[in-house]
Amino acid sequence: MGSNIFITETTIEGEGDGDAPLAGTTVAVKDNISTAGVRTTCGSEMLEEYVPPYDATVVSRLTDAGATIVGKANMDEFGMGSTTETSAFGATDNPAAPGRVPGGSSGGSAAAVAAGEADLALGSDTGGSIRCPAAFCGVVGIKPTYGLVSRYGLVAYGNSLEQIGPFAETVEDAAALLDVIAGPDERDATTREPETNGEQPGYADAATGDVDGLSIGVPTELLEGADEGVLEVFWDALGELEDRGATHHEVSLPSVEHAVEAYYVIAMSEASSNLARFDGVRYGRSGGYDGNWNETFATARQEGFGDEVKRRILLGTYALSAGYHDKYYKKAQDARAWVKQDFDRAFDEVDVLASPTMPVPPFERGESLEDPLQMYLADANTVPVNLADLPAISVPAGETDGLPVGLQLVGAAFDERRLIRAASALA
Amino acid sequence: MSDDAVSPEEVRHVAELARVDLADDEVDQFTRQFAEILEYFDALDEVPEVERDAELANVMRPDEERDSLDREEALRNARETEDGYFKGPNVS
Repeated sequence: MGSNIFITETTIEGEGDGDAPLAGTTVAVKDNISTAGVRTTCGSEMLEEYVPPYDATVVSRLTDAGATIVGKANMDEFGMGSTTETSAFGATDNPAAPGRVPGGSSGGSAAAVAAGEADLALGSDTGGSIRCPAAFCGVVGIKPTYGLVSRYGLVAYGNSLEQIGPFAETVEDAAALLDVIAGPDERDATTREPETNGEQPGYADAATGDVDGLSIGVPTELLEGADEGVLEVFWDALGELEDRGATHHEVSLPSVEHAVEAYYVIAMSEASSNLARFDGVRYGRSGGYDGNWNETFATARQEGFGDEVKRRILLGTYALSAGYHDKYYKKAQDARAWVKQDFDRAFDEVDVLASPTMPVPPFERGESLEDPLQMYLADANTVPVNLADLPAISVPAGETDGLPVGLQLVGAAFDERRLIRAASALA
Repeated sequence: MSDDAVSPEEVRHVAELARVDLADDEVDQFTRQFAEILEYFDALDEVPEVERDAELANVMRPDEERDSLDREEALRNARETEDGYFKGPNVS
């Protein structure tokens, strides 16, 4: 396959009969989600030969629901990137915009759905890694509320920020996949039963497209600096929602001006700790047995990790080190609390928030690799959502110069149904 | 570039703390990139002190014996094992 969507092609058959909710459905699974007996590389040379002895909870839920897994999808190494170009297994092309990146880090998952290689896909979103590729590939992607979906078996990168979530061509199909994977898991103590008033219908049943009376807030800070063509598509899509009875109001979220730096300090700090386990002893690339353990670990990690992973581990180590902890990590946690408060205030006034998912159309391949800071800045509209633990959805809004543009809707915690109802008016 | 721009020595020191060997050209590249990235992160100075009253509750489960991964499975991805244990390099 020339497009390099999968790192490993495989067939994991679903169980159950034809009545199972996902019977006859094919699913691509991001390669940082553990599959028993099928290698799970995280897009890294470090784990090129790693074969998990157990399934992630979401994988068991998929096969229990009758789905067939067709492959492990390409991704930025350990989820670190917005283009899928940091994968040790090569870049993935964008099926909706050839020659462009599919976004990242779950680029293979989005591309699989866009190219018709799978009906549905699972990705993970630490700072936009589901929504960015959904926007760039012209498909739907949902980042659930923190705690809605089990992370058991997801290889950790920034574990206070990340969630597994679905991709599909339509909001209803993505919601049907969310129905299968959502819900408490005794193996992930951060999962919880959503606070609801009694019995709730399924997520897929919420995809009615009814936006009559919906109040949409548009944070002015998330429009600043966006590409003109992207903004035009965004306002057209918003107009479509207003034609169906929604209204929009400008709102202000001053804290999000600091979200990118807060996000990167927290994500890198968590990464420096989470990726310390890769020393080549229990799994992963070995540094051999010459020299003492610090030397062989450092060799394994030099050889096994790519540039972006090293950058983030080192910067995270720096941010947590003596003398810098208060300046970076503590301030980033203050910013995170501030972002949460800003969102809470906004949801006192409006039902959902809307912005372009990405401020720019898909990059050309190779464009952003040499300048990491520029790549981080492109995440400005997606990272605030992870800092605030909120749910968000990216839905195709149209095209600018033939390139897909995504519209992001953000909701209050565990308000996925409202997001699904609203987004299903567009796709 | 701000006064506290990163030096190559600092990059080497952090890499040592993180147990990642770096080639000389990687040190040069990271020194340059870290200066730019950390200068951007300095904007966190403008963040006000925020009251952080997280409403978090511990989630407990009964401490009961249950099945875990068997030894053979757990050792399967290790490059070397000995007598049912992982084999690592010398400690010093």
